[in-house]
Amino acid sequence: MSDKKPISSVNDFVVRFANVNGSGSASANEMFARAILRHGVPVSPRNIFPSNIQGLPTWYEVRVTEDGHLGARGGVDLMVAMNPQTWDKDVAGIEPGGYLFYDSTKPMPSTKFRDDITVMGVPLTAITNSTYTDPRQRQLFKNIIYLGALSALLDMDPKLIEQLIGEQYKGKEKLLSSNVHALHLGRDWALQNLKCPLGLRIKKSDKVGDRIFIEGNSAAALGAVYGGATVCAWYPITPSSSVAEAFTAHCKKYRHDPKTGQAKYAIVQGEDELASIGIVIGASWNGARAFTATSGPGISLMTEFIGLSYFAEIPAVIMNIQRAGPSTGMPTRTQQCDIIACAYASHGDTKHVLLFPEDPAEAFEFAAAAFDLAERLQTTIFLMLDLDIGMNHRLCRPLKWDDAKQYDRGKVMTAEMLEEGRDFGRYLDVDGDGIPYRTYPGTHPTKGSYFTRGTSRDRYARYSEEGSVYADNMQRLVRKFETAQDLVPRPLQANAERPTKYGVIYFGSTSPAMDEAIGLLEARGHQLDRLRIRAFPFHSSVASFLAEHDFVYVVEQNRDSQLRQLIVNENGIDPVRLVPIVHYDGTPITARYIAKAIGDHQDHLKVTPLRKAVS
Amino acid sequence: MTYIAKPKFHHPGLKKNDLGYTHRDYEGKISTLCAGCGHDSITASIIEACYELSIEPHRVAKISGIGCSSKTPDYFLGNSHGFNSVHGRMPSVLTGANLANRDLIYLGVSGDGDSASIGFGQFAHSIRRGVNMTYIVENNGVYGLTKGQFSATADRGSKSKKGVTNTDNAIDLVAIALQLGATFVARSFSGDKSQLVPLIAAAIRHKGASFIDVISPCIAFNNHAGSTKSFDYVREHNDAVNRLDVLVGRDPIAVDYAPGTVQVVEQHDGSKLALRKIDADYDPHDRLGAQTFLAKHAAKGQIVTGLLYVDPDAEDMHAHLNTVETPLNTLEADTLCPGSSVLDKINASLR
Repeated sequence: MSDKKPISSVNDFVVRFANVNGSGSASANEMFARAILRHGVPVSPRNIFPSNIQGLPTWYEVRVTEDGHLGARGGVDLMVAMNPQTWDKDVAGIEPGGYLFYDSTKPMPSTKFRDDITVMGVPLTAITNSTYTDPRQRQLFKNIIYLGALSALLDMDPKLIEQLIGEQYKGKEKLLSSNVHALHLGRDWALQNLKCPLGLRIKKSDKVGDRIFIEGNSAAALGAVYGGATVCAWYPITPSSSVAEAFTAHCKKYRHDPKTGQAKYAIVQGEDELASIGIVIGASWNGARAFTATSGPGISLMTEFIGLSYFAEIPAVIMNIQRAGPSTGMPTRTQQCDIIACAYASHGDTKHVLLFPEDPAEAFEFAAAAFDLAERLQTTIFLMLDLDIGMNHRLCRPLKWDDAKQYDRGKVMTAEMLEEGRDFGRYLDVDGDGIPYRTYPGTHPTKGSYFTRGTSRDRYARYSEEGSVYADNMQRLVRKFETAQDLVPRPLQANAERPTKYGVIYFGSTSPAMDEAIGLLEARGHQLDRLRIRAFPFHSSVASFLAEHDFVYVVEQNRDSQLRQLIVNENGIDPVRLVPIVHYDGTPITARYIAKAIGDHQDHLKVTPLRKAVS
Repeated sequence: MTYIAKPKFHHPGLKKNDLGYTHRDYEGKISTLCAGCGHDSITASIIEACYELSIEPHRVAKISGIGCSSKTPDYFLGNSHGFNSVHGRMPSVLTGANLANRDLIYLGVSGDGDSASIGFGQFAHSIRRGVNMTYIVENNGVYGLTKGQFSATADRGSKSKKGVTNTDNAIDLVAIALQLGATFVARSFSGDKSQLVPLIAAAIRHKGASFIDVISPCIAFNNHAGSTKSFDYVREHNDAVNRLDVLVGRDPIAVDYAPGTVQVVEQHDGSKLALRKIDADYDPHDRLGAQTFLAKHAAKGQIVTGLLYVDPDAEDMHAHLNTVETPLNTLEADTLCPGSSVLDKINASLR
């Protein structure tokens, strides 16, 4: 053992569990995170899993964060190494002075350990083998036993964990008691054989407040329920499948007619993504609120229909839970890499509305708002989540809903309006906002019908290949997109304590890491104004922010700085003034990464102040 | 598609149906298809069927993909909403529209290029789901808009206008529809209006996935010697199995299987199909028999026409999904949104 002092920290450390996919560890690991929350201490967990069902490595990381930092931190203080395959890498990733927890049933050569960390071996296999005969029980309870041992090592209150087990196995007395027994098997062994607690400890606090703990995909699905979606068509794809699955579960609970038991919704698992978006467009054309959920490869398949939605002006909501591309890429790793693909999806001149929620609470709000926007603007709305928000639990403010809210169905001409003699031209810009009126099929016996098509037509929906007619229509679509600027969520700006000529732009799941990075940068003496973009088209305040700063960093999780490209393209700004800060290895961006990248660039600017035009 | 609207003049003496509509009320724009195109005959049959059924034209949604056939919805039911979607993806758009409002009548018009190639999957899955629709394929075995390439329904050994021999096997959409569980399957010939009109009418009244494959010779690219979709070839090889009429609100006519007699098929809504069978052994309730019958005659190089299969007790997609009777597109926040009190409970469960 070296002289390296063991890390000592209360309510502020990172625990990482290294497991084998399919070993049943997920529920025990999640229970660990929830148990810390019950102590009143915020956590930020992340599931790092392979695109495989069984046998490959998986990790679950819990950031314990008294200060409430919800981004990934980087580094590991306590490694629970349960996967021999990844042992070397796992041990190497522990911070100096950190801790290693492992199954000591089989002796390990000393070369497999480091001398600057504290090692705690628990003979988990031996304990389970002596207690259980069933192989599956041995596997599953091993996870609960290490949870029990960790509770002793971290000084956690076992009653709070028992409470969670009670909630999970409510009504299943046998499972409840056997899990509690396993918990205490591990806890008692640790208390009797190891020095408990460690330097890392959980101390009861009150920092969680009324916040909720929810995955972004589930929150978005709930937003679809509250936003009035009645048709969902989808095709399974990681990491978006849980959106449709959650929507199904929510609908079963809240959307059945109490008298007849009939469903006030329709959910279809399409044969592919093309059918899914086709169903959404057909339903929306006919006046229902409809959506699909997918990921990058699905977006690629849907683009032809997205072009139709844009040109024929049919509402549609697409929830894109982004993963690492291109092609199949890394299906279970996170990125923000579909920005350009979605903003300009399909051939020809197109522009689409994108919404960028930062957490599950906004995923809920934006999902509900997406249906209003889709109908108001009669176009496709993309809700741009990513795996990091979508499939991980996040602490966020409680979800809120105003019961007085009515759905904005947009400009729909009714039979009464037609009877009044209103001039109905399907693509007629009567209000100057670029948004025409539409009618639903079946509205009126003799008025208001029209033919929807992807080919060019005039203001009255009459097929036309006249150049001037086509250009007139395309210009109106530009006006409509300009109208969208004031309908979508506006950017949020936060200024530094002191005036600064430097700014940073970021969006979506980068938000919590960025919030934390600002503190780290201030500690290095760097002041930055912040602008969190929440939607495309960009509000005019984005251009103002760019004009007010000499350099603006654009932080995003893709290789090519796609948001920066979009900003340059849409604002006509000198690209040199926009400095890309990119992270794209499939893991969530961390505060440390952002602070180092921006801090180094800022230091560089200070050293050579005249060289403002840096690459 | 056309710029040209038909004159709106109605002769005061035109015959009217039960709703007071004339044939003219079921027409659309002037066709821009080639003169003599079989598709125009199908258009005329759709108009006739809707007139005879006294359908309110605006209560029909007509949806198509891309191609010659998919242009035709512009030429009928001018007061209906139409949707010319993307190539081969009519079925998904129609499925979505049907989910949104189950009260309308859905007419899907497609072609062999549309349904048997890029849209083969969507054709199959819409049938499999039992979408309540009338799915008509205007089948000419050739790509007309792109001037004469083979489609997937072109028979092996047939020749293109340029003299190229088709070396691929043909897809028989009727056989596939039967296998997929379509509850109404028929085949007809665009030139045989007396057979096609009642078939379309019966399909519209059927509650479930109705599929009609209509052989429709392409006058420009598939009406030559060597083609198996030419007028001459089809007339020579047409083996009609039955004749049918639609009788609404009248007593059913009892029939048996004897040649030349009439068989009555009762549909879910009580309307009756009176079938006059030509083939003594044919049973339109026997899916397996229909498949065998088709295969047997296909081996002889014959085209079987008529109502090949119908399930009078069919259920549609909405029944499978157990959706409410009220069209989903009319539901608003007061019935769809669980409200803030429920959300408070959800929040509480997430702590």
